[in-house]
Amino acid sequence: MKTLVFIEHADGKVKKTSLEAVAYAKALGGDVVALALGSIDGGALGETGKYGATRILHAADKKLDHPVIQVYTSVIQQAMQQEGADNLVLANTSLGTPVASKVAIRTGASFASNVMELPNTSSGFLVKRSIYTGKAFAWVEMKSAKKVIAIKKNAAELKEAGAAVSPTPFSPALDDKDFNTKVLSEEKASTAISLPEANIVVSGGRGLKGPEHWGILEELATTLGAATGCSKPVSDMGWRPHHEHVGQTGVKVAPQLYIAIGISGAIQHLAGVNSSKCIVVINKDADAPFFKAADYGIVGDAFDVVPKLTSALKAAK
Amino acid sequence: MKILVCITHVPDTTSRINFIDNNTKFDTAGVQFIIGPYDDYALARAIELKESSGATVTVLHVGPADSEPTIRKALAIGADDAIRVNTEPTDSFFVASQIAEHAKGFDLVLMGRESIDFNGGVVHAMVGELLGIPSVSPVMKLDIEGSKAKMAREIEGGKEYVEANLPLVAGCQEPIAEWKIPNMRGIMSARTKPLKVVESKAADGQARTTKFELPPPKKPVQMISADNVAELVSKLKGEAKVL
Ligand SMILES: Cc1cc2nc3c(=O)[nH]c(=O)nc-3n(C[C@H](O)[C@H](O)[C@H](O)COP(=O)(O)OP(=O)(O)OC[C@H]3O[C@@H](n4cnc5c(N)ncnc54)[C@H](O)[C@@H]3O)c2cc1C
Ligand SMILES: Nc1ncnc2c1ncn2[C@@H]1O[C@H](COP(=O)(O)O)[C@@H](O)[C@H]1O
Repeated sequence: MKTLVFIEHADGKVKKTSLEAVAYAKALGGDVVALALGSIDGGALGETGKYGATRILHAADKKLDHPVIQVYTSVIQQAMQQEGADNLVLANTSLGTPVASKVAIRTGASFASNVMELPNTSSGFLVKRSIYTGKAFAWVEMKSAKKVIAIKKNAAELKEAGAAVSPTPFSPALDDKDFNTKVLSEEKASTAISLPEANIVVSGGRGLKGPEHWGILEELATTLGAATGCSKPVSDMGWRPHHEHVGQTGVKVAPQLYIAIGISGAIQHLAGVNSSKCIVVINKDADAPFFKAADYGIVGDAFDVVPKLTSALKAAK
Repeated sequence: MKILVCITHVPDTTSRINFIDNNTKFDTAGVQFIIGPYDDYALARAIELKESSGATVTVLHVGPADSEPTIRKALAIGADDAIRVNTEPTDSFFVASQIAEHAKGFDLVLMGRESIDFNGGVVHAMVGELLGIPSVSPVMKLDIEGSKAKMAREIEGGKEYVEANLPLVAGCQEPIAEWKIPNMRGIMSARTKPLKVVESKAADGQARTTKFELPPPKKPVQMISADNVAELVSKLKGEAKVL
């Protein structure tokens, strides 16, 4: 059996969830071939070998720097064909998942997104998917011999198992017709820690009363090496950028630690954080619903508690 | 211009999720159903385009008859007519195949970025694939200029501006438009707007749900005094082991 893993990268580094996809593919058994598209340093890409890829293909053509779903689909399909791969595994992202679904249609494979853990293969091939925005799970039977699986963060454990591998150039045929969406420009805060990938997230809600008060939250985040998030009203009012909004209609996070400051804990917000390992809630209202979903809670004024927490963390370093 | 909006019929975002029949069936008891929140954004943008450029808006739902009040709501919000494909959806590919059957001839097919029940995040891409037209998601801004659509797509840490020729499929999210609430006139006229029920076409889904499961109950919260944040830090390190 052979599994191809589509590697996403940003700012010159392979994304952690893509490494998890490699580890997942390795755990399925058989050979693992990784594929990266667009500009990335060969050394950085080669690290993928440590998690189980025995071969790495790199389609470095600059035309692939901006992802176009149709083009990426075609390149992945060509790589699968060339390598004789049975399966495709990748990270469940707004790019990877749609691409994967198209590859599945073209190859007649069974497809599952939002997959949370390694399959149960005791009878058939069953994967556990997150549904109802994390409020429940579904066991899905993948019936075809070929499988395309999009995994959520933490679906496979990252263990260094092998050595770095130097990438092999891959030159797929690129059809102009496939470039059916044109990227005009991009606005990106490249220095920020990626919210969906972050190990620690510090989020603020309407309780912080205005964008001018985000300093205390940012200081806490910097101290922890955390990404910053917010509740929906906070991004609706323009206090924070839209891509920071966490919840049912925003980003779904899955960090080790989620710290919620001045957020009431509406069920729609909780839907975006229920995959967190540990939740800390700071709220001045002891009856705030968020405490019911928390592991640790502090009742208090954010403007008092947050700076104290930052100092305590600095002191404990 | 002809716009098709594909809507889901899903439990209200505040619903508690439960299963019956030995965890094989969703328990609808006491559950309020709504148009999927992302689909609601798609519908709102379609109605804006109808108002600004005279487009026609058709809504489409793949599912059994109990979804009709949700479809009527979309008509009350301002869609002109509706199609319901009468079948129990099995997987994303099956749904996409039904939609593709009816989406030909539309200039713009708007969907939500993701359904909040199945959370596949893929029906838009699959429909694009089946029809051989571009699909873009998640779209947070969409304007039509002649035969092109100009869009802003959310990417990690920011956004990307993209352009594509019509026809195309877009998976929408906020802030593409403000959710719309039906008014009295809309509700009255929705009753008589055409809702066509069609049978499904055969399409073999390659994946099948066998069983549902609920997450394990959560441990009770530990409260820590605001005067003792150092205790929180030591618990995060020693007990929770997350620092
Ligand atoms: C379909 C739908 C989808 C939605 N999707 C999302 C979503 O994805 N994400 C999301 O977040 N919301 C979402 N919402 C909105 C959600 O229902 C809530 O309205 C929202 O989460 C509340 O945001 P908040 O907690 O910041 O504000 P509030 O509910 O106003 O809570 C503010 C909290 O701050 C506390 N507070 C005030 N002052 C202080 C202080 N000085 N120190 C400490 N605490 C203080 C208060 O006690 C209160 O608990 C959605 C709603 C709907 C209907
Ligand atoms: N049963 C359905 N009927 C109509 N549209 C649907 C259906 N299921 C999904 N869609 C559309 O496809 C989008 C993405 O759904 P999904 O891929 O399930 O996350 C939804 O937001 C809807 O716009």
